[in-house]
Amino acid sequence: MKTENQKAWFFVLPVLILVAFNALVPIMTVVNYSVQETFGNNVFFWQGLDWFEQILRSDRFHAALGRQFLFTFLILIIEIPLGIIVALSMPRKGFWVPVCLVTMALPMLIPWNVVGSMWNIFTLPNIGLLGYFMNDVLGINYDMTQQPLSAWITIIVMDVWHWTSLVVLLSYAGLVSIPDAYYQAAKIDGASPWKVFRYIQLPKMKTVLTIAILLRFMDSFNIYTEPFVLTGGGPGNSTTLLSIDLVKIALGQFDLGPAAAMSLIYFAITLLVSWLFYTLMTKDDAK
Amino acid sequence: MAKITLSNLRHSYLPNPSGPADYALKEIDLDWRDGGAYALLGPSGCGKSTLLNIISGLLNPSEGRILFDDKDVTDLPPDQRNIAQVFQFPVIYDTMTVRQNLAFPLQNRGVNQSKIAERVAEIAAMLEVEEMLDTRAAHLSPDNKQKISMGRGLVRDDVNVVMFDEPLTVIDPHLKWKLRSKLKELHQRVKATMIYVTHDQTEALTFADQVVVMQEGEIVQIGTPVELFERPQHTFVGHFIGSPGMNILPATVENGAAMFHGNAVALEGNVTGSGGTTELGIRPEFIKLSDAGIPARVRKVSDVGRHAVVETIVGDIPVKAVVDSASVEQGEEVHLTFEPAQTRLYRDGWIATEVAQ
Repeated sequence: MKTENQKAWFFVLPVLILVAFNALVPIMTVVNYSVQETFGNNVFFWQGLDWFEQILRSDRFHAALGRQFLFTFLILIIEIPLGIIVALSMPRKGFWVPVCLVTMALPMLIPWNVVGSMWNIFTLPNIGLLGYFMNDVLGINYDMTQQPLSAWITIIVMDVWHWTSLVVLLSYAGLVSIPDAYYQAAKIDGASPWKVFRYIQLPKMKTVLTIAILLRFMDSFNIYTEPFVLTGGGPGNSTTLLSIDLVKIALGQFDLGPAAAMSLIYFAITLLVSWLFYTLMTKDDAK
Repeated sequence: MAKITLSNLRHSYLPNPSGPADYALKEIDLDWRDGGAYALLGPSGCGKSTLLNIISGLLNPSEGRILFDDKDVTDLPPDQRNIAQVFQFPVIYDTMTVRQNLAFPLQNRGVNQSKIAERVAEIAAMLEVEEMLDTRAAHLSPDNKQKISMGRGLVRDDVNVVMFDEPLTVIDPHLKWKLRSKLKELHQRVKATMIYVTHDQTEALTFADQVVVMQEGEIVQIGTPVELFERPQHTFVGHFIGSPGMNILPATVENGAAMFHGNAVALEGNVTGSGGTTELGIRPEFIKLSDAGIPARVRKVSDVGRHAVVETIVGDIPVKAVVDSASVEQGEEVHLTFEPAQTRLYRDGWIATEVAQ
C-alpha cells in the first residue's frame, strides 16, 4: 500500500522561500507591470495584453531584435571554430600547458565594464592606439564613434577577444580527456588528420561544445555592459542591441509597462532558443 | 602475414640514457614465427607494452632494428606496417555504426566498395556481430566494443601481425573466457601472427603456443606453457607462473650436492658453475608429505577444490606443497620429500643444473 506523506513539503520550504525572493517575486513584479499602466504614486490601470501587442508590432523592437540575432550569430560563427582551432593547437603536456591556460583565462577575468572602457580608449580615433594606427599609419578610415560598420566590427572583435577563451578552455578539456589509444588506433587504421578530427576529436568534444555554444548564446544574447560602455548603442541606433534598447525604454523613457512586456518577450526568446538547441543537440544520444 | 625479427632492440624514454637502469627495454633479440600465437607475459612495468608499441611503430626504438620478413620497417609509420592492434580499453568510433567502424581501415586505404562490403560481411560473421551491424557502436557493451576493435584489425587481409594489449581488462569475468576462446578460434582461422600482451598467466598460457616472459625490460624465458611450468630458466618465471608459484629456498652447495636447512637434497642433474647465491627451486606439486624426509611443521592448510595447498615451515623458511587431499592439520609435524627430477638449483636467479638424462 502506498503511504501518503506530505511532510516533504516542509523540508523544501526554505528553498521555496529563497527562490520566491530571488526569482518569483521579481519576475511577478515584471509581469505585474507588463499588464498595467502607471503614472506614478502607485496608481495602476489595467491594460491587458496591450503592451505586448505594441512591442510585437513595433519596428523599433524588430530592428533591435534583428541586430541582436545578427550580433549573436556573428560572434558564435567566429568564436566556436576559432576556439576549437586554438584548443587543437595548444600543447597537451609540458611546461607550456599552464602558461597557455592562464593566458587564455586572463580576458575572462576582466570585469565587463573594464573591457568596454579598455576597448573604448584603445579604438578611439586619433588618440587610441588602434584608432591612431588604422587612421594615421595605415590610412584606413576607421571611427567607431561615427561609422556603424566600424562600430560593429569593434563590438564583434571585442567580444571575440573577451570570450573565445571560454570556448578554448571547454574544448581543451574535451580534448585532453581523449585517451592516447584513440590516436594510436587511428594511426594504425590509416586515418587522415581530418578524419581524426571528424570521428574522434569532434565527437568527444560534443558535450562540452554544446555547453560552450549554449553559454555563449545566452551571454551574447543578453549582452549589455560592453557595447553600452563602448558605443552606448550608437552611432545612431546601429549598435543598440535588445538589452540596451530595453534599458532605454525602462529607465530613459520610464515606460515601465512596455519595458516589462519587452523583458518577458526577451526572456521567452532566450529560453526558447536555448531549449530548442539543447534538445536538438542531445537528441542523438538518447537513440 | 610475416615473420618478425627484433634485432639488438633497446629503448629508453630518457633522451640520454647512461646505464642499464635507464632502459625500459634492455637488448632484445627475438624471432616471431609467421602465424604463431605468442604471449608476452610479465608484471606491470616490465616493458611489454613498450615492446608492443615498438613493433606497431607507435614508438621508435632508441637502438636496434625491426624486420618484417627480412624487410627493415624500423622507420616506417604504423599505417605502412600493416599491423593491427587491440588496446586495453576498446577503441571504437562512437558516431559510426558497427559496419562503418569495420569498413573504416579499408576506406582509408582506398579499397573499392564491393571488396569492403565483402570483407566486412566476412569479419562480422567470424565475430558473430552480424545482427548489430547497423547499430551505433557507442551503444554496444564493452565486450562487443572490444570485438569490433578486433574486427577493425582483422578486416584487412594483408595484416602482418595482430597485437593485443591486455584486451580483456575491462571485460566482465564471465565473458572473458568466451572472448578468449573466440580469439584462439580466430587465430586458427586467419593464421596471422598474433602477439598477446598480458600480466595474467591464465590468459597467456591458454592463448599462446609460445610464451615470452619479461622482467624489468629483459626477456627471461621463451617457451611453451609446459616448458615454463616444468623447467623455469629463472626463479622469476618459477615464481610468476603457477599458483602457488615455485618454492624458492635458500641452499648451499657442498661438493656438488645441495644442502637445504641441514638436509642433503637430490637434484635433477649435475650442478654447473660456481659462486654466487644459490637457491633450490621446486614446484609445490612435486613435494610430498611422508614419514621420512625434511622435518617441517604445518602452518596452514587451504582446500582449493581439486587439491589442497599445505603451507609448512622448515626452520623459519616457508615451503608450500600441493597434495590431493588435506590429510594433515595445522600445527602437525610432518616430513617433506622433494621429487629429485623436479628439483633444480638456481645460481643468482638463473638455472644451474643440467637436464636429467
